[in-house]
Amino acid sequence: MKQFSELISAVEITNKTNAKIEALVNYFSTAHNKDKLWLIALFTGKRPKRPVKTTLLKDWCMEIAQLPEWLFLESYSTVGDLGETISLLLPEPEYQQDKALHEFMEELHELKSTSDEDKKNYILKTWNSLEAQERFIFNKLIGGSFRIGVSKKTLVNALAKFSGIDSNQLMHSIIGNWTPDSITFDDLLSGEHINYDNSKPYPFCLAYSLEKNLEDLGPLEDWQVEYKWDGIRGQIVKRNKEVFIWSRGEELVTEQFPELVEIVSQFKDDFVLDGEILAIKDQAVLLFNDLQKRLNRKNVTKQLMEEVPVGFYVYDILEFNGKDIRETALRERRQTLEDLFKTEAINSDYFKLSQRISFKHWKELDAIRNEARQFNSEGLMLKQKASPYHVGRKKGDWWKWKVDPLTIDAVMIYAQKGSGRRSSKYTDYTFAVKKDDQLVTVAKAYSGLTNEEITEISRWVNKNAIEKFGPVRTVKPELVFEIAFEGIALSNRHKSGVALRFPRIKRWRKDKPASEIDTIESVKALIGSYFLM
Amino acid sequence: MKLIKFTKKGIYCIPGKFYLDPWYPVDYAIISHGHADHSRWGNKHYLCHTDSKYILLHRLGKDISLETMDYNSPKMINGVKVSFFPAGHIIGSAQIRLEYKGKVVVFSGDYKTQPDFITTAFEPVKCHEFITESTFGLPIYNWKKEEDLQQELQNWVINNQANNRTSVFLGYSLGKAQRIMSLIQGMDDIFVHTAIHNLNEAISNSGISLPKTIKLEADFKKETLQNKIVIMPPGLLGSRLLKRIPNAATAICSGWMQIRGNRRWKGVDAGFAVSDHADWNGLLDAVKATEAEKVYVTHGSQATFSKYLNEIGISSAEVKTEYGNEEDTEDALEKEPLKTSAK
Ligand SMILES: [Zn+2]
Ligand SMILES: [Zn+2]
Repeated sequence: MKQFSELISAVEITNKTNAKIEALVNYFSTAHNKDKLWLIALFTGKRPKRPVKTTLLKDWCMEIAQLPEWLFLESYSTVGDLGETISLLLPEPEYQQDKALHEFMEELHELKSTSDEDKKNYILKTWNSLEAQERFIFNKLIGGSFRIGVSKKTLVNALAKFSGIDSNQLMHSIIGNWTPDSITFDDLLSGEHINYDNSKPYPFCLAYSLEKNLEDLGPLEDWQVEYKWDGIRGQIVKRNKEVFIWSRGEELVTEQFPELVEIVSQFKDDFVLDGEILAIKDQAVLLFNDLQKRLNRKNVTKQLMEEVPVGFYVYDILEFNGKDIRETALRERRQTLEDLFKTEAINSDYFKLSQRISFKHWKELDAIRNEARQFNSEGLMLKQKASPYHVGRKKGDWWKWKVDPLTIDAVMIYAQKGSGRRSSKYTDYTFAVKKDDQLVTVAKAYSGLTNEEITEISRWVNKNAIEKFGPVRTVKPELVFEIAFEGIALSNRHKSGVALRFPRIKRWRKDKPASEIDTIESVKALIGSYFLM
Repeated sequence: MKLIKFTKKGIYCIPGKFYLDPWYPVDYAIISHGHADHSRWGNKHYLCHTDSKYILLHRLGKDISLETMDYNSPKMINGVKVSFFPAGHIIGSAQIRLEYKGKVVVFSGDYKTQPDFITTAFEPVKCHEFITESTFGLPIYNWKKEEDLQQELQNWVINNQANNRTSVFLGYSLGKAQRIMSLIQGMDDIFVHTAIHNLNEAISNSGISLPKTIKLEADFKKETLQNKIVIMPPGLLGSRLLKRIPNAATAICSGWMQIRGNRRWKGVDAGFAVSDHADWNGLLDAVKATEAEKVYVTHGSQATFSKYLNEIGISSAEVKTEYGNEEDTEDALEKEPLKTSAK
């Protein structure tokens, strides 16, 4: 466990991906093969069921540390993580033991079927033999999420560096169907349990932001213009009756979108499609916020699928019935796609070809772009019809042209401490604009500031808090921020009467006094200026 | 008659007619230690421990009216017997004991009960009323022994050197920096930022010998620092100066580093829970050792700690002060180094 504990310390302290990979490679080079399997299982969410209830852990900790519940809870709210809180509250261990990760995992597995009494004995004995950091990890092993800032991608990159095996294949391997006791480490890496030929994706072709005048692009007939969607760029691979969905982050996300798998399985042909995974309801694309509810879920429930249905808008086709067609021109690939949709007669609101926008003059495009906001599109994509499907980013053939964000100046009225790693700083803010001689809340935002700014604001909040409501502080309305957002609509659910989409902090307006912030009228006026409701 | 009163300017001794660590200017200020939130500018007269003398002169200017006193050597002020006892917080830090007509009040200032290699060790003092700090007044704060911290810091430096990296510690100029020096002395050359260098000089003026350090000149040559040790104030995290240090591995030394979230948040390579304040058990032990009838809890987790004391049968109340935020005041100090040195 010492080794695993050291690995966790190493990867959690740094935000440099390379340092994380280095630490992981080091672990893979030295740890027991069974421990490596468990590490991969834990980091990829293949977690066994929790053998002990959280409340029991809390009760036992309070009992040993002789603390009243309120003091335990106060500690918990400062630390922000239950397993860590317990690890810090327990008295120093009285003896030492060093068991390997897989031994702990096996013991915890057996614990599941024992009595509460036996569980207590085992947990207390183990707590009493581990120092704080190991205890924290042990508590994490018992259950809860093992979120320590290592993405599947980072893990896969480390495995690739360690083994020399292609990283996409490794991604398929670790996501595939296996458990630590059903496979060896070497077999897992070499992909004994999978058929990588069926899942292999292609590198995505990426676009640059438009940096020319439209007129300089040449004849508009040479360009295919589509809406740019703000979902998850994905690749759907269908080969030999198997379906795989890759995200642009080179993660396999197949299991998160069962409805897409179902639709794609109905096709007779094999193919690899490039497109956007989107939340779609009543034929309209929903916000990314909505789509987010569907991401990284361990279980995708029926209810969730009904609440946020997911679809796929197809941009391109890279492989057709086993043939790599990336080198053919876009106009031909598009034709292949259109034929595919015609012959297979798939008619679904959730699986559609990306619409081609027709226009007569370059001049029209600007207005079309800014109208895109209305249906939650981010702007436009301009693609040269003669272009192949490039590997990665290449200038000239594909351009993205986003809508301009909207901005207002608002004043901070509430601040709230972040959770987890930011637990000591105020990171979540609520902003207001003027309504007559009062203030009315318009947005909540927590991103867009530097660490230094957050530190400065936290100090300011400490000194200028007027009221406490649990973790929320009401502050003097003094700090002004420019808030950017992607859309705005009238709303009955909001006290202010407007709802902002994707509000984020653009910058801290230290130069502006609170008397100069926007009014609710000037905010509402933005609705009219962008589109009619 | 009441011996002390909590006023807007600070803690006031009624018969003695003096203040303890006042936060607004007064005629007579008795100072627990040299941190900026406890020894503020503008008082007409100062009384501090002998070892704090040059720290105060450095920080507040050479022309202040200042007298000093040793530990355990009382002085009468308007009929109040005033004496200093070691607080174990930083060099020259003192608990202030007041005795008047048989009644004893002790003001802890900032304190740390666990001994270290550089500060005079904390001594518990019996009293009727005890005014205690509570910076780390939650049971999640428990410090390692000094020897274990030493091992931890030294291992980190050794590991850095094995990987061709320069070890950069970030800690307050006064107190933490000297403590870090004592934990890693003898390993390799220790370079210190000007702010720390100046304080080291001030401390040495009192005849205290500190581990050997080298002043980090503004135009330092990169090669001279490679694989060495550097100590600088935390305010310089992310500064251009820090970025110029070759292959720097950074570590913050602070009690707050006990929590993982705080370690990760700062974007440093390591965080060590090295604190100059008492941990939870330290606070409890200190309070119990005073046998005080009444405990006033100041800066930190005053509400929590005071509530807990009452629950375990020690009569306690929280007091609002302007202490704390050593970080803030020190940052302010570093932004205006001219103010103190030009005087
Ligand atoms: Zn202090
Ligand atoms: Zn203090």
